[in-house]
Amino acid sequence: MLHLLKNMCLGIPAKIVSLDENRQGEVDYLGTRVKASFLLLEEAKLGDWVIVHAGFAISQMDEEEARETLSLLRELASAQDT
Amino acid sequence: MKEFRDRKVLAGLLRTIGRQAKQAGPPLRLMEVCGTHTMTIHRYGLQPMLEQAGVVLTSGPGCPVCITPDAYHEAAIGLVTGRENIILATFGDMTRVPTPRGSLQTVVPAAGSRLKIVYSPQEALEAARQNPGREVIFFGVGFETTIPSIALTIKQAARERLSNFCVLSALWIIPPPLRAILESGEVRLQGFLYPGHVSAIIGLRPYAFVAEEFGVPGAVAGFEPADILLAVSSVLGQIIQKRPAVANVYGRVVRDEGNPRALAIMDEMLEVKDALWRGLGLIPRSGLRIRDSYGAWDAEKKHGLRLEPGLAELAGCRCGEVLRGALRPPECGLFSRTCNPESPRGPCMVSLEGACLVYYKYSGR
Repeated sequence: MLHLLKNMCLGIPAKIVSLDENRQGEVDYLGTRVKASFLLLEEAKLGDWVIVHAGFAISQMDEEEARETLSLLRELASAQDT
Repeated sequence: MKEFRDRKVLAGLLRTIGRQAKQAGPPLRLMEVCGTHTMTIHRYGLQPMLEQAGVVLTSGPGCPVCITPDAYHEAAIGLVTGRENIILATFGDMTRVPTPRGSLQTVVPAAGSRLKIVYSPQEALEAARQNPGREVIFFGVGFETTIPSIALTIKQAARERLSNFCVLSALWIIPPPLRAILESGEVRLQGFLYPGHVSAIIGLRPYAFVAEEFGVPGAVAGFEPADILLAVSSVLGQIIQKRPAVANVYGRVVRDEGNPRALAIMDEMLEVKDALWRGLGLIPRSGLRIRDSYGAWDAEKKHGLRLEPGLAELAGCRCGEVLRGALRPPECGLFSRTCNPESPRGPCMVSLEGACLVYYKYSGR
């Protein structure tokens, strides 16, 4: 699975599971622990969900936005029945 | 997250798209710029469903391995075959790109030299720290998604004064080829799906010219099937309302302003240059090079490389047209029979994001 993290744009978020004072650490990516650098993020803390690309976390997930998109999708799915 | 792949959700979105497509009217040809989008579209069988709804999707230049011209691949081959005691580190896909001289995988390295496949530029840097007696050259290729990581790695090498590390950089920025595609008029496009993770770095502004100067709508898309359909629906909505814009339907990852920290490190380490793209030719201000102040870590300067366009193109390979959205992979005479993943004849059949490989894997042969 590690090969998937090489240079593709995978949209699956990873959870920060360790983080040291140099902003290096690990993420849990679909159950696998993978090394990552958090130097490109303003703030990142344990438990945050991030997008990792080529060993660097490049973006933090916005849960509010994620919820909004999900509720839009649920609306669309239920509209099918009417 | 499972809603993003849910059958009912996708069916609902497709019905909405069908209604919108009728209202907007043909032609409705949209380009998915990013190769990973091409993968999602084919992996989930979205293309025939969208065509039934009246929307045609065309793949674009969004595969960094594919658009890097032969000159770079040949320079890398020249280094590993011509110099002793070097470690050439690069991403896996890069090692299989065929050139008239073979690929990094098939050539025989010089004495004491070898190839090292890495998934992060940090691994190449670590190899330099571990092998002080060898020159480690990182062949770094990428769009804005990967560029900040490479820039930061060069900065770290400079800070540590690592004298046995340098970067052969093939760094490309996404908005300029979109202008080139629109200006050439070779393919008429009614909209763009913008790449999700390039946009996570650069934000929305760099695409504004597409809507403002060319009147072409677009939406930043994520990588799940529902993300793709949401973006298509957003583009159709813009067409119907005659209000072309840069919409963002991937707000959970992409901020309007991008990632300021990543943009700052890119600007600190790199400067814009005119660059040659496979298939698209010379595009003004479409590439980045390492700033002179960090020239000691620039493989081109350090090793006196001359990246001139190769004379011999790969015979029969029509990768360039695929990258411009002018040709679908199965329309190429080499596709499948002569050119396949076991013996690729061009980079679009090598990279996981290459349109030819995606078609080969998911859309029948």
